[in-house]
Amino acid sequence: MARATSRPRARYSADAAGLGAPRAAAFIAPAMALIAVFLVFPALWVIYLGLTNYRLTGAAAAEPQFVGLDNFVKAVADGGFWNSAWLTVQFVLGSAVIGQVVLGFTIAWLLRDRQGPLKRVVEGLVILAWILPGAVVSFLWIALLDRDGGTLNALLGIPGFPWLLDHPMLSIIIFNTWRGTAFSMMLYGAALGNVPPSHLESARLAGASGWQQLRDVVFPHIRGHILTNLLLISLWTFNDFTPFLLTAGGPDHKSEVLAVHVYNVALRGGELGFGAAVSTIILLINLVVAVFYLRLLRRRS
Amino acid sequence: MKRSIGAVAVLAVTGMALTACGQSSSDADTIELTITQNAIAGGKNAAAADHIANWVIPKFEAAQKAKGKTVKVKFVPSGVDDEQYKTKLSLDLKSKKGADVIDIDGIWAGEFAEAGYIKPLSEVAGAETDSWEGWSQIPEAVQGLATYNGKKYALPIGTDGRVLYFNKTLFQKAGLPADWQPKSWQEIIDAGNKLKTAGVPTPIQINAGTAMGEATSMQGVLPLLAGAGGEIYKDGKWTGAAQPLKDALGLYQQIYGGSGLGDPKLQQEAKGRDKSFAEFADGKIGILMEGDYFWRGVVNPTDGVAKMADRDQVVGFAMIPAIQPGKGIRGQDFVSMSGGALRTVNPNSKHPKEAFELAAFTLSPEALKEETKQNVRITPRTDVNKEILTGDPLLMFISEKVLPLTAYRPPLAVYPQVSAALQEATAQVVSGKAPDQAAADYQAKLEGLVGGAGNVAS
Repeated sequence: MARATSRPRARYSADAAGLGAPRAAAFIAPAMALIAVFLVFPALWVIYLGLTNYRLTGAAAAEPQFVGLDNFVKAVADGGFWNSAWLTVQFVLGSAVIGQVVLGFTIAWLLRDRQGPLKRVVEGLVILAWILPGAVVSFLWIALLDRDGGTLNALLGIPGFPWLLDHPMLSIIIFNTWRGTAFSMMLYGAALGNVPPSHLESARLAGASGWQQLRDVVFPHIRGHILTNLLLISLWTFNDFTPFLLTAGGPDHKSEVLAVHVYNVALRGGELGFGAAVSTIILLINLVVAVFYLRLLRRRS
Repeated sequence: MKRSIGAVAVLAVTGMALTACGQSSSDADTIELTITQNAIAGGKNAAAADHIANWVIPKFEAAQKAKGKTVKVKFVPSGVDDEQYKTKLSLDLKSKKGADVIDIDGIWAGEFAEAGYIKPLSEVAGAETDSWEGWSQIPEAVQGLATYNGKKYALPIGTDGRVLYFNKTLFQKAGLPADWQPKSWQEIIDAGNKLKTAGVPTPIQINAGTAMGEATSMQGVLPLLAGAGGEIYKDGKWTGAAQPLKDALGLYQQIYGGSGLGDPKLQQEAKGRDKSFAEFADGKIGILMEGDYFWRGVVNPTDGVAKMADRDQVVGFAMIPAIQPGKGIRGQDFVSMSGGALRTVNPNSKHPKEAFELAAFTLSPEALKEETKQNVRITPRTDVNKEILTGDPLLMFISEKVLPLTAYRPPLAVYPQVSAALQEATAQVVSGKAPDQAAADYQAKLEGLVGGAGNVAS
């Protein structure tokens, strides 16, 4: 309480001295400059490139021409883009929404009242998946899923089963779920700590079942956490490039999510202008998703 | 306010310090050069990397010293997929950076030249590049690899050819001759069926798909196209969904479409080509279509990536037949495709003349003989080839029988994109699409790449 009252007073006195605005500006200027240089400028540059026929090599690399919305029209008319968009929806729904949120919450719920070594071991293992670099764990999973000599096939006794080739989307969904569950688990672990034990206690005394406790006491309390978690990991998953390391989008574009699609057309295919246009579309989708979630969050809170 | 100025100052100083790190700290009269290729000690093309680092650099520095110049050369290694190497080079050259002497694939010359990334040698390093002694030893066709729009952009480092490799041990098991030479595609399929009956896991493997990039074109669809009498580009028009392409894609379907002759999965994996190399070396693949790199760099008993100690006894090779005798391009019975790498001078080099001297030095007879001592290959120089190829049966075979009937890819800037579309067509067939449909899709994509249906012949 004391802190809450002291803050406005400090700001007021700075304003009274006539130093507030310039001083604040001076403090945030370096941050703003960095954001402008590393975020705003590249974003604008990508939008501009999307309007040209810029290429990595060839005549259009030396003198790119302005082609208006051609690239955007081409992207939307291109089956490859829609294929990737649909795969990305599966990727986000499968690994972020169903996999990470449900699994992360379930683990957090099961561990909520436990103490001691078991909890620490489980948490440690799950967190390990999250803190290791994506490139490293990708190679581990490639070895794990390899059709000849892969650990998973050896364990299941099905040598020669080509996970990454016959089920590329399932493979990357499982991989991403495994990798990202830790973040959700930690978030829900913290959130569950904020649910007043007295509420749960009275619900229990009133004879509420486990599911009723969850639905009527826990979820209303952590709704904000769930939505924040959904927003963050949906966007992370949406823009995740690690599937490239597992399957490079193949075979035959069957796991080419949008981030991989952009890489394949822009850098491997050398079509920087077209790739920039697809990136711009992805940026717009990100904005729409973010705004949707934030609205939801505001309404619920 | 003061504090933020301080922060800015710290940033600025750090920035300057970082910039300073990038600059050389040696004397003003030392000439520093860098040379790069997609080669790395202990990895990809290790022998080439070792040769540059251990022989070329000390010898070149000593030769320059004798002329009174202090030259320091640094080798910049790389050990990645060719596609990644190309992307990195393009980005380097675009931002006016990169090594002074650079190796590129011959087929990138057109698009690099059009982008201004490479320039004619005489423009970069002076007219004396035209009077380099080596040119007189390099055959016209090989010089053509380094020529774009009538100007020499680079020094050709070598050329190559394609054959069918086969495992003689497996052939013996299947009752096939050790001096096998198929005369039609049907004879390849027949041999494949016999291998299959004899229990060979993968009887035939021909490169397909997008995962291995240009390898699919050079060691797969282009030789097949040539064998069916087709050329990817002829008389100013690109070949679309014509019969030869349908025939070539049809052969892919025969091999990968459920017959059990080939392993379609191997063509779809990101590292499929490396895997098929390993499987051939393990005696699991009967017939493999590859270039001479396979012999020199893959199953080479001393420094291959999938060494075969008994290579010379076990690995046989045969010319690639036309679909039927006399039905190949130019009415040939047998076909091949050739390419080659180039070594060029970065137009942004601070010391272009010395950089050219370094490039030329790597192509001196002494350097080539030294380089090919352990790992012989077809060099661009006739004088050197005469001396070094005699000891190697495959390279003799290629230089005598294959190179006279080989074909080259069109030296046009759009070719790599066309090639990628062709790889896509093979990928579709391998994953189950009908050859006619894949050919039609290819034609539609081709028209978009080469400026409309008017430039396509079907």
